[in-house]
Amino acid sequence: MKMPTPDAAIIQRRRAIAEALRRILPLESVIDDEDERRVYESDGLTAYRELPLLVALPSSTAEVSAVLAYCNEHGVKIVPRGAGTSLSGGALPLADGVTLGLAKLNRVLDIDYAGRTAVVQPGVTNLGITRAVEAQGFYYAPDPSSQIACTIGGNVAENSGGVHCLKYGLTTNNVLGVEMVLMDGQVIRLGGRHLDAGGYDLLGVMVGSEGLLGVVTEVTVRILPRPQGLRAVMIGFPSNEQGGDCVAAIIAAGIIPAGMEMMDRPAIHAAEAFVKAGYPLDVEALLLVELDGPEVEIAELTARVEAIATENGAVSCRISRSETERLSFWAGRKAAFPAVGRISPDYYCMDGTIPRRALATVLQRMAAMSRRYGLRVANVFHAGDGNLHPLILYDANVPGELDKAEAFGSEILRLCVEVGGVLTGEHGVGVEKRDLMPAMFNDTDLDHQMRLKCAFDPQHLLNPGKVFPQLRRCAELGRVHIHGGETRFPELPRF
Amino acid sequence: MTVLRPMDEAQLVEAVAGALARKAPLELVGAGTKRAIGRPAQTGDRLDLSGLAGISLYEPAELVLTAGAGTQLAEIEAALAAQGQCLGFAPPDYARLLGAEPGNQTLGGVVAANLAGSARLTAGAARDHVLGFRAVSGRGEAFKSGGRVVKNVTGYDLSKLLCGSWGTLAALSEITVKVLPRTEAETTLLLHGLDAEAAVAAMSRALGSPLGVVAAAWLPEALTSGDSVTALRLEGLEASVEFRAAALAALFAPVPQSRIAAAFWRGIGNAEPLATETRSLVWKISVPPAAGPAVLAAFPEGKGFLDWGGGLVWLALPPTPDASAGRLRAIVARSGGHATLIRAPAEIRAAVAVFEPPGGALAALTNRVKHGFDPETILNPGRLYAGM
Repeated sequence: MKMPTPDAAIIQRRRAIAEALRRILPLESVIDDEDERRVYESDGLTAYRELPLLVALPSSTAEVSAVLAYCNEHGVKIVPRGAGTSLSGGALPLADGVTLGLAKLNRVLDIDYAGRTAVVQPGVTNLGITRAVEAQGFYYAPDPSSQIACTIGGNVAENSGGVHCLKYGLTTNNVLGVEMVLMDGQVIRLGGRHLDAGGYDLLGVMVGSEGLLGVVTEVTVRILPRPQGLRAVMIGFPSNEQGGDCVAAIIAAGIIPAGMEMMDRPAIHAAEAFVKAGYPLDVEALLLVELDGPEVEIAELTARVEAIATENGAVSCRISRSETERLSFWAGRKAAFPAVGRISPDYYCMDGTIPRRALATVLQRMAAMSRRYGLRVANVFHAGDGNLHPLILYDANVPGELDKAEAFGSEILRLCVEVGGVLTGEHGVGVEKRDLMPAMFNDTDLDHQMRLKCAFDPQHLLNPGKVFPQLRRCAELGRVHIHGGETRFPELPRF
Repeated sequence: MTVLRPMDEAQLVEAVAGALARKAPLELVGAGTKRAIGRPAQTGDRLDLSGLAGISLYEPAELVLTAGAGTQLAEIEAALAAQGQCLGFAPPDYARLLGAEPGNQTLGGVVAANLAGSARLTAGAARDHVLGFRAVSGRGEAFKSGGRVVKNVTGYDLSKLLCGSWGTLAALSEITVKVLPRTEAETTLLLHGLDAEAAVAAMSRALGSPLGVVAAAWLPEALTSGDSVTALRLEGLEASVEFRAAALAALFAPVPQSRIAAAFWRGIGNAEPLATETRSLVWKISVPPAAGPAVLAAFPEGKGFLDWGGGLVWLALPPTPDASAGRLRAIVARSGGHATLIRAPAEIRAAVAVFEPPGGALAALTNRVKHGFDPETILNPGRLYAGM
């Protein structure tokens, strides 16, 4: 992965920049020491590493603003970082950039149960929001697997999902407002505790912008009342195809479950060996369907799901009889990534989304690729919304295997696009999928995206090298090209 | 005045590129039902997008539909209804409020205005349901964003940017939306006789309960034929709806109660309680739910009602040259939120900021975004803000 060539002049000025930042921040909030900087050298995509120029750890909006204003003025790049759990290299440091860690901004500022909102700083963890409101019967709905560690600031940057986003939406549907700092240090607010920001929906583009548009310093989220009851149904199928058909049939029956997850045979076996969730080992596909609501609703929906499963060839079907059992059904799914980590020295997690009906085809072609590359693959799948997580098993100590795994991954993602899907459902483009962007977007599409970037950060100082396969100068992108102007399409109706 | 009516995307490119070359601004129109919203157009030529019509993809099992921006919403809703599906954001139709013929708006119009009915509270607005689009920017270039799947973080979410941009950034040619199954049953519980404060407290209590209330609105006595009513909507399986309705009724006993049919909500979404106030100016105000009653109380000369659990205030005011904008926006600023002047004569809309004007750094940023997509200001100039 080629990153922009580091600016040697900036690297040479490292000491002076550190001193300048120490005039803005408390001494201990600027990390200069090489060993301490090494802690930040990668995120959840550990195949890529880079030592940051410096690390700054502001503890207030004013400090974030001052750091950005200084860096903007002196042409120093910034890489924002939450908990560093990105799986796409979104927080991968730059040798000539300051990594801006937001972990110290970790307070819950306000909870309004009547208005059903919570105002938190970006370093609060995803689960931390739920922990703060659960005593009153509320929770924060998006629940990425990393929710114990990942921060809400990072969730905003990546538009994180989770197993319950099928029914309750992604981060973008659950965030009402942000306070953020632009690269020039100016502080703005988008949205608030009301619905729909006035003017352009800049909040909507901030969510999922991967740290390229601004640094979020406060987030207002919706909190929801916890459902009266929850039940999970665990269904085994003799083939992936039947599992996929069952998913389609459940949706076609007008049922939107709280969550609907599928695992293939390798994933089932890895998970069962790790957490002993009681998964059947003689099936090819395992479907977990979660239903929520009052008992009368859960009972009815459970019966319907069971009937649909039987019609679609299910060979086993278990319904959780207690909260403990429900959690044990989920334990295997939630631990699927580390479980796969136990059966292989390394794994590479992909994140394409496909139309649900293409599932069987995609899994078949993936199996063929697996044989061709000589690398195993295990699949966990947010079945309800078509978001695939193939885990490619490899050994980084075997020369060439990482390259092979990456090539395999690229081929999977291109396949996702080919069948009508997209490169990334929830992990972000980051550095990982940056060079695949042309598989989905042509130059004009990308230029329009980059013009939005230019409106926020015209010098490309915020998280450069991520998302866009090549950086074009904003001045060049701003030029207006007149294409003809006289009628090339005389048939265009004019009245 | 020239009217350009492209029939496909290539012609749309030609129309916009031609306008760019001539520096001749365009007024973007679908069915034209919302032409009376926004600052009066400052354009000579009209770009009629109604020719970009038709449903090109509808896969019920995938919960996805793609249609030309000029497709009549009624056509889309009929196609969905035939499969037991619907648009989750229940797009309202302001035609009656604006004195136009109802049932005539386009998908592109609904998206460009980011409309949403009472279900906004729980199901989101158009912004939450658009998965992707194709459009032609003010640069005369066709581009796309998003896709046809719900889970998608590939690149910036430009769908959000175009929702609610009122045709000032790009002319939409094709839109992909997520669709939802229709619920099997629904019911609406009415609580009678609560004032605005008590109603918002009741709505907050209902929405904060695990009973799955999906919409909550309040109408004062002045806008009903009897008592004031606080309406709480439930949807789902029949048995579940009945169970929850009983639980909700018990929660609010001994407040007098009744039930009402679903048609009530279409009227609320369309702001029809104010449609008969034909001489009044009508504001649509979004605030935190607790702030709704204070906005109403500040205007005893007006008539209004609450939706979105108190967070949406519809307010009809006697006509004044400044539309009471300064006073209203000062009140809204206390709680945070924004106010849009939905109905007013053109001369008032020309003099008063129809949409909440952004301030300071946000205004500059808004201008830069506009400039990036429409550098020569040829798309709906001045419709959102003066000079932009």
